Amino acid sequence: MSGANATSMKPTSAEVVIIGSGPAGLSCARALKQAGLKDIIILEREAEAGGIPRHCGHSGYGLREFSRLMQGPDYARRLVDEVEGLDLRTRTTVLGLKPNGEVRVTDTHGPMTVAGNKVLLALGAREAPRSARLLTGARPQGIMNTGMLQQMVYLQGRKPFQRPVVIGTELVSFSTLVTLRHIGVKPVAMIEANDRITARRPGDLIARYLLGVPVLLDTKLIRILGIDRVEGIEVDRGHGVERIVCDGVILTGRFRPETALVVPSELVVDTGTRGPRIDQNMRCSDPSYFAAGNVLRGIETAGQCFREGAAAAGHILAALREPTPSSHTLIPVRTAAPLSYVYPQCIDPGLDTDRPVLFKARVTQATRGRLTVSVNGQTVWARSIDALPERRIGWQLPAGRLRGAERIDVNINEG
Amino acid sequence: MTTSVDQAGIVIIGGGVVGCAIFRRLAMLGLKPLLLEAGGDILSGASKGNSALLHTGFDAPADSLELACMQAGHREYLEIRDRLNLPLVESTALVVAWDDEQLAKLPGIVEKAHHNHVADVRQIDRNDLKRREPHLADHALGAVLVPGEHIIDPWSAPLAYVQQGIAHGGRVIRRCRVTDGQFDKGAWTLETTAGTIAAGIVINTSGNYGDIVETICRPSPFKVTPRKGQFVVFDKPAAKLAQAIILPVPTERTKGIVICRTAFGNLLVGPTAEDQEDRALAEVDEAMLRHLIDKGREMIPALAQQTVNAVYAGLRPATQFKDYQIEALPERRWVTVAGIRSTGLTGALGIAQHVTELHQRHFGGGTMAEPIWTPVPNICEYRPRPYQTEAGTDIVCHCEWVTRQEVTAALGGSFAAGDLGGLKRRTRCMMGRCQGFYCGAEVTRLAESAFAS
Repeated sequence: MSGANATSMKPTSAEVVIIGSGPAGLSCARALKQAGLKDIIILEREAEAGGIPRHCGHSGYGLREFSRLMQGPDYARRLVDEVEGLDLRTRTTVLGLKPNGEVRVTDTHGPMTVAGNKVLLALGAREAPRSARLLTGARPQGIMNTGMLQQMVYLQGRKPFQRPVVIGTELVSFSTLVTLRHIGVKPVAMIEANDRITARRPGDLIARYLLGVPVLLDTKLIRILGIDRVEGIEVDRGHGVERIVCDGVILTGRFRPETALVVPSELVVDTGTRGPRIDQNMRCSDPSYFAAGNVLRGIETAGQCFREGAAAAGHILAALREPTPSSHTLIPVRTAAPLSYVYPQCIDPGLDTDRPVLFKARVTQATRGRLTVSVNGQTVWARSIDALPERRIGWQLPAGRLRGAERIDVNINEG
Repeated sequence: MTTSVDQAGIVIIGGGVVGCAIFRRLAMLGLKPLLLEAGGDILSGASKGNSALLHTGFDAPADSLELACMQAGHREYLEIRDRLNLPLVESTALVVAWDDEQLAKLPGIVEKAHHNHVADVRQIDRNDLKRREPHLADHALGAVLVPGEHIIDPWSAPLAYVQQGIAHGGRVIRRCRVTDGQFDKGAWTLETTAGTIAAGIVINTSGNYGDIVETICRPSPFKVTPRKGQFVVFDKPAAKLAQAIILPVPTERTKGIVICRTAFGNLLVGPTAEDQEDRALAEVDEAMLRHLIDKGREMIPALAQQTVNAVYAGLRPATQFKDYQIEALPERRWVTVAGIRSTGLTGALGIAQHVTELHQRHFGGGTMAEPIWTPVPNICEYRPRPYQTEAGTDIVCHCEWVTRQEVTAALGGSFAAGDLGGLKRRTRCMMGRCQGFYCGAEVTRLAESAFAS
């Protein structure tokens, strides 16, 4: 083995390379394994596989997937157990996505290329940090996202503050309250700029009555106070500036796809979802690449990501059986406000299967009206909707209705 | 009479880039200076928030001390950067005219540059400009090309200066704020938060606190009014939108809003220029950040598709005088080095040369030693970094690809990071697009256990 180093001991190619070992990635690996495909490499940059549920120390996971209610870390462990025997590489960072499934990675042996006949992007999502929110204030310590807080609490047993405020009222914001209760910290308040909470009720009632945390609606965070440590915040509640004393600010939600690898690659990124563009087979603009989970659009539940990972496995298996990709020109799915996005963002009109096409969408503002899909100018599907931002809208269309499409439009006619 | 807890021949008050450069040079002269820094680490004040450019002085006030120091500093930086492993992104700069009025001012800018001995500066036409910078908006009418303006890394250079100074026998005390001092029998006794320190000579390089520290010696002849500059840092894909440093045609008050790449592979838009009384509070504010983003998009429309990575504000120690306030007071055995605004990073090595000359003229002593080179780890994106080259690495910060080895190295050694801010400036960890969502818990854990020991 002259000239060989430790790197050459590991395979550098596989039928399927999966990037990310959260619910989407591991679910895909599990489904592929169950279908008899074992030539899989799973790449995970963290020291442990399992993704975000690893540090969500509360219940609510696994009911549909494993028929029992589980805590996040148990769910993550279960997912990892499910892929036992596969080549799962932790502490392995992907540096770049090259055409035709060539993935540049680095691990303790240094940089190398791992080639996948097919590659799944299951890269996940992260919350908008303080910088992206353009929040006013200096840069004291004690401002963090839920992701960092949960890791400190559940992975390290640390208590970063005593009396923080929680900004946002998404599902993850209420998860933050549970995280804080775990370390005996009661936040001063939850702050929401809108006149209602973002998550479904009864999140606010749980916050107020069970956890004793006031939920301040119609309240805009306008300034963070403190130079070295957070000393408080200023909020606008419609009648002047009020000061709230606190020692930490937890910025929750406003998730965005983790596309740091996708943006510099040749893959097309959708301006609506900010994730990679996919067709109805979850295929990206380079047919070697597929995408599933929160990288598609920001946050959904772990269960939803799990189902997408399994669906991606089906599409990947089909693609492996038919090595020549469709020669059809992809038809873009056109949308307009108040829809902020619809995915899949394009349709392969070949549609040689009868599998129904799943659409997902979101609106930018509270909207009532009629959601319509038209093909070549003819409405082929419609339904009334009453939609809120941050809530998923989903529907299925029989493949037959899209066959032969030359133009596809998805619109909401308000009223 | 109080007993001193420490003493030194020369005490430098303030570990900004200027203090660090002076410290280096005096140490190399064998004078064993003592550097006092009020913050938890060097660069805790004005020097942590600059725009990281190596200027030629083409637009500096003619025949000023500032110009002389900038040009000497620019020269020395190029001479020593390889030995200290400091980066240089040879970007060039373009002073872009966006309307006819500005276009008419370009020949004057070229003329001034030539007067300032920056001979290679020349005007280029619209076509040449568009060829060089295809992403600029269509209303860019022409520019002045300044080949010698470059992008550097604002934190590695001062760190290298301090480490070289330490190698030559200098010492640094951090978390040491000078609160008062007495001059008696030709020597100083300084009261500090770390105890009393006896000093033969004091050099005041205390940046935004320059006039307050100056009152220890005399009624301050200048008043520092911090000028705040806010910046927006776009994520790495934006860096391809500008090759050169895009400068505006300057006004009397400020150089205006600049767009340039950073040594870390991002794109920077800023600074603003806002006078304030507070010397420590460097706040960003939403309205001004939006203004900067809008300004950036006006100049480079494709910025509309780019995401913001980080925002920050820096405080430049402006005084009522345009030029640097550098003066030796031989009878008081005191040297004032103040009023150094945004050109301090470029000027620091030149200022150090000038201050050393003042020192030798008035106080004598010192011979230049054979330099001991103390190269710093590379954190510049345009040069090979450990994650790309070294086996056995383990990436902790996934946005900036900082390895665990880089973090532990910065937390150890002869001049370890003094606080979390210092660690971030040394390694870039937690400074990427997620701002700590992924790595913050692990990095702060590593830092806290190192600071506790």
